[in-house]
Amino acid sequence: MTVPVLEIQGVSKRFGTNLANDDISITLAKGEIVALLGENGAGKTTLMSVLFGHYMPDAGRILIDGMELPQGKPRAAIRAGVGMVHQHFSLASNLTVLENVMTGTEKLWSWRSGTSAARKKLLAISERFGLKVDPDARLGDLSVGEQQRVEILKALYNDARILILDEPTAVLTNIEAEKLFTTLKEMARQGLSLIFISHKLDEVMTAADRIIVLRSGKVVAERRASETSKAELAELMVGRRVTRPVREPSAPGTVALEAADITVKINGVERLKSISFRLREGEILGIIGVSGNGQAALAHLLSGTLSRTSGTLLLFGEPIGNLGVADVVSADIGRIPEDRNEEGVIGEMAIWENAVLERISSPAFSRSGLVNRKAGIAFAKEIIGQFDVRGGSPASRARLLSGGNMQKLILGRNLHQRPRILIAAQPARGLDEGAVAAVHARLLEARRQGTAILLISEDLDEVIALADRIQAIVGGRLSPPVEAEVAEARRLGLMMAGEWHEAWKADHAI
Amino acid sequence: MRFERREHRPLYLLIVAPVLAVIAALALSGILIAIAGAPVLDAYWRILTGAFGSRLSATETLTRATPLMLTGLAAAVAFRARLWNIGAEGQFYLGAIAVAAASAKVLGDLPAPILIPLLLLVGAIAGMVLILIPLWLRLRFSVDEVVTSLLMNFVALLFVSMLIDGVLKDPLAFGWPQSQSISDHAMLPKLIARSRLHIGLVIAVALAVIVHLMQSRTVFGLQSRAAGLNPSGAVFAGVPLGKTLMKVACLSGGLAGLAGAIEVMGVKGYVTTDLSPGFGYAGIVVAMLANLNPLGVVLAAIFTATMFVGADGMSRGLGIPTYIADVTVALSLLTMLIALFFTQYRIRR
Repeated sequence: MTVPVLEIQGVSKRFGTNLANDDISITLAKGEIVALLGENGAGKTTLMSVLFGHYMPDAGRILIDGMELPQGKPRAAIRAGVGMVHQHFSLASNLTVLENVMTGTEKLWSWRSGTSAARKKLLAISERFGLKVDPDARLGDLSVGEQQRVEILKALYNDARILILDEPTAVLTNIEAEKLFTTLKEMARQGLSLIFISHKLDEVMTAADRIIVLRSGKVVAERRASETSKAELAELMVGRRVTRPVREPSAPGTVALEAADITVKINGVERLKSISFRLREGEILGIIGVSGNGQAALAHLLSGTLSRTSGTLLLFGEPIGNLGVADVVSADIGRIPEDRNEEGVIGEMAIWENAVLERISSPAFSRSGLVNRKAGIAFAKEIIGQFDVRGGSPASRARLLSGGNMQKLILGRNLHQRPRILIAAQPARGLDEGAVAAVHARLLEARRQGTAILLISEDLDEVIALADRIQAIVGGRLSPPVEAEVAEARRLGLMMAGEWHEAWKADHAI
Repeated sequence: MRFERREHRPLYLLIVAPVLAVIAALALSGILIAIAGAPVLDAYWRILTGAFGSRLSATETLTRATPLMLTGLAAAVAFRARLWNIGAEGQFYLGAIAVAAASAKVLGDLPAPILIPLLLLVGAIAGMVLILIPLWLRLRFSVDEVVTSLLMNFVALLFVSMLIDGVLKDPLAFGWPQSQSISDHAMLPKLIARSRLHIGLVIAVALAVIVHLMQSRTVFGLQSRAAGLNPSGAVFAGVPLGKTLMKVACLSGGLAGLAGAIEVMGVKGYVTTDLSPGFGYAGIVVAMLANLNPLGVVLAAIFTATMFVGADGMSRGLGIPTYIADVTVALSLLTMLIALFFTQYRIRR
């Protein structure tokens, strides 16, 4: 058997307590396209960063053509023929295509620039692989798809034989993505080896020869594309046994919040595409999905910080216009923002100030523009007592709180007054297990008291543990809901991959 | 060795740190004084007596401190909300010229109890108008207000220069570019007879207290602080960002314009293009020295004025350049920033 072009042997990488890569071994043959498939946080990007020398692995080694690659040296990786196409391009938008491609390849102390030779080489490469771009165009004027082509050209210009693409289609339109895969196949045919990272079932099935599924830092399966199906991959990717904790059955009441055909455009880009959902009192509706699929827009829309472009929103059956934050707060809608530190609290302000800021204009906390400090501090004290916020007094700065206690403060200021609706975006993200349990217990308690809860989360375990019904968000669209009782790994995987028809077919097959 | 964030900022540190910073700055500039060939302690003694040694010098120092307090407040309120108003100098001049114009052309005949408050208001409004231009550019087109507000200073100064060489020119000034004098009864009452010290000092100190209360006790104060510390957090909490910045800008520009008005009505009585020896810019230093605390601004302004007034006495007595005052103030700004750092962090081995 021939020596594989690339061999990753037993690579492990730990960040704090989180084992991002756990003894991963992968081989790549000449002229082969391999897809690395996995959910967010499965360890795909970490592995590629180790390969490219951005991270030092804790264990394991990397062989290229049977030769060991020195660790932690991107330059050595480039010299050995590894090229990386980042998800966020590492290009300068004020330089031309040619200048971008040449950057980093010339000697620093040379007094002249080998522009004409470089131009020839660039044109030859773009001819060979059918990657057409104008070498003299300013990068900033190119479309995202063209910019990606430049990034690929840059890798090839450095004589890459192994090309790594990190979620290459994340920024592309469907047509651009198709074009990209045609190019990739052509490159493989000419003897290059490629690895691309993805969480989209469609594209790994059509573009890859071999698919490696990563989950929680481990290789869980390896399949030839010709010998597997989307359904199997979905199940492997999501993987866990779907066990739901025993809870009291929900007793959903009236519809508290109803969205019909809502579209949100930001700077001309549709972030939400005619989504519809119904949220009833006393139930938790879980919105699952891989990050960056419109979760932020959905949370902001319902939190009063984003306006919809079209569609109807009904609050307890009443159509309502675009809401501002003050309207949302006074309509008894609680909000847990996705990012505690960015949006949830103002770290340099006191805990009591953070507790009352969003309702500072209510007569309880201010009168004719003067803040009622006493009431604010008393309110903060109540939250601290009731929600077990540890590590600070009402007057100390919110920054001093640990993530879990900060989240309890945010939960407290929302749940203290028993909101009718709660919008919870990633409420347990980044918390330790004790804090996660506390947050979950509070959400379930609010549900029991009749609050309608919209839970937006990337953590499948969390959604499965808490939600009564589940919808998936993919590319700004919402799937139809499924009852959490009948959701299992395969179907959730298909839903998150946007294969809704497949997901419902799976239903009928059972 | 590494730095670690302090969990609590003890109160004594907040008081001790600035004192240590000033001592360190004085020690460092002492080296320069020694290099210049003068006895260091004697030099500082002369600065102190030069600034506070007599009734005259003490009133003079406080007269100098008055506009610094106001421009210092102007910078402090803006910086608190992360609005970088570097244009206090221009707002100062616009406030001054507005007072001169209003007194000479429109309001001069009103009785003093009505005229004086009215003129102060005119000065403040002139300062506000000037800052609204950079603010609008920022809110509408995200243009960095550091640059625009700074450049507006030159526009304002040239505008003043044009007026005092034109429509507002004093015909009795022997051809000097100088505005017409404001009416005698528009002058602010003296605080102490036979000195230049006027009630502007009382106004400035009162405003410092009011600004302090406003920042700590009002909804607007809370919201403007939130907007400055974490804009996206403020938006999420429902703070109207644009409106809040607008109010902050008006307050800041108003205070700087008022400084100009008070300087004209309290000291000079007319406007020239050297009315301000850089009060607007020095206000930024004063605000930073005070760690943007409005009450601290009062002390920082007095310290800065002490150095500048006292340095004259030292210079006359010992033959050292008065630039030493600039150096000391600049050094104290640096040592203050270091001291403030240590109120937030501690050293761990």
